[in-house]
Amino acid sequence: MDKLVIAGKAYSSRLLVGTGKYRDFDETRTAVDASGAEIITVAIRRTNLGQNPEEPSLLDVLPPSQYTLLPNTAGCYTVEDAVRTLRLARELLDGHTLVKLEVLGDPKTLYPNIVETLKAAEILIKEGFQVMVYTSDDPIAARQLEEIGCIAIMPLASLIGSGMGILNPWNLQIIIENAKVPVIVDAGVGTASDAAIAMELGCDGVLMNTAIAAAQNPVLMASAMKKAVEAGREAYLAGRMPKKLYSASPSSPVEGVIGNMSGK
Amino acid sequence: MIQLIVNGQPQFVPSLDSETDAGTTNDARLNIRQLLEHMGLQGKRIAVERNGEIVPRSQFDQPMLANGDKLEIVVAVGGG
Repeated sequence: MDKLVIAGKAYSSRLLVGTGKYRDFDETRTAVDASGAEIITVAIRRTNLGQNPEEPSLLDVLPPSQYTLLPNTAGCYTVEDAVRTLRLARELLDGHTLVKLEVLGDPKTLYPNIVETLKAAEILIKEGFQVMVYTSDDPIAARQLEEIGCIAIMPLASLIGSGMGILNPWNLQIIIENAKVPVIVDAGVGTASDAAIAMELGCDGVLMNTAIAAAQNPVLMASAMKKAVEAGREAYLAGRMPKKLYSASPSSPVEGVIGNMSGK
Repeated sequence: MIQLIVNGQPQFVPSLDSETDAGTTNDARLNIRQLLEHMGLQGKRIAVERNGEIVPRSQFDQPMLANGDKLEIVVAVGGG
């Protein structure tokens, strides 16, 4: 079977989803299940001190026993904040070490700060974390992150939450060709065809949140994304035909067309 | 009363009665479990950091909180 292996564990689904921006926990859970995703990202935030203690928590709705939770460092702009956040996540999730690292460089674009990302990754890896890392689509940054021990490279397709799709398939292709660890497109997917294109390029998986949560019908889009990722993966494995500009080739027999007076 | 900074906000919590076992000031200190109860967070899935260091759940019963301590108490929430 064609499985995605992350940190020694095999997954049937190559779609990873976030859990933010949904209307409520009900919709979150229904969409996650429709996506078929087995790895889901969560954020770590301060408790709301005024909150009703009876309110359910995300971990009640998406229990770690059923999903592989991937705590992230969304919103962190410094090495220190990112590292502290993931230490808290490890404590919160009973020693869980698989994490998604992102260190942002700019609040407007949410573009990653690669220098700080490298520093944070180094510290976390030394502390025993298994780091899946959000990065730009710079092949050198991707290579350096792999060299220091990140277990998955997660380049953006376009800016986080932008839905702009895959803006630089060429860079992604270079990253995929060079990497020996899984490459997962993270951020920028807008609709199903974007996910399929990422998989056709040879990505090992796709991670998305807004494309599903901000769709008019998130649950239906989750299902569409599941199919797109599967279709894209199968197309990649099948090996597409070469593109032939100005060299048309009919699929039906050339001979025996009626009314052809030449006798052919 | 002692003042803690919890999640960036000043939080006043009653200090312990010293009649139990108040031989030293340290014994009279609150522990994390008591703070969580005071804040209505008992039984919640949370993680705690005190002055930049993780406090493992196994240490929630150790008297440790001192005036001016900075605490972060976090939960998992929806996110990408």
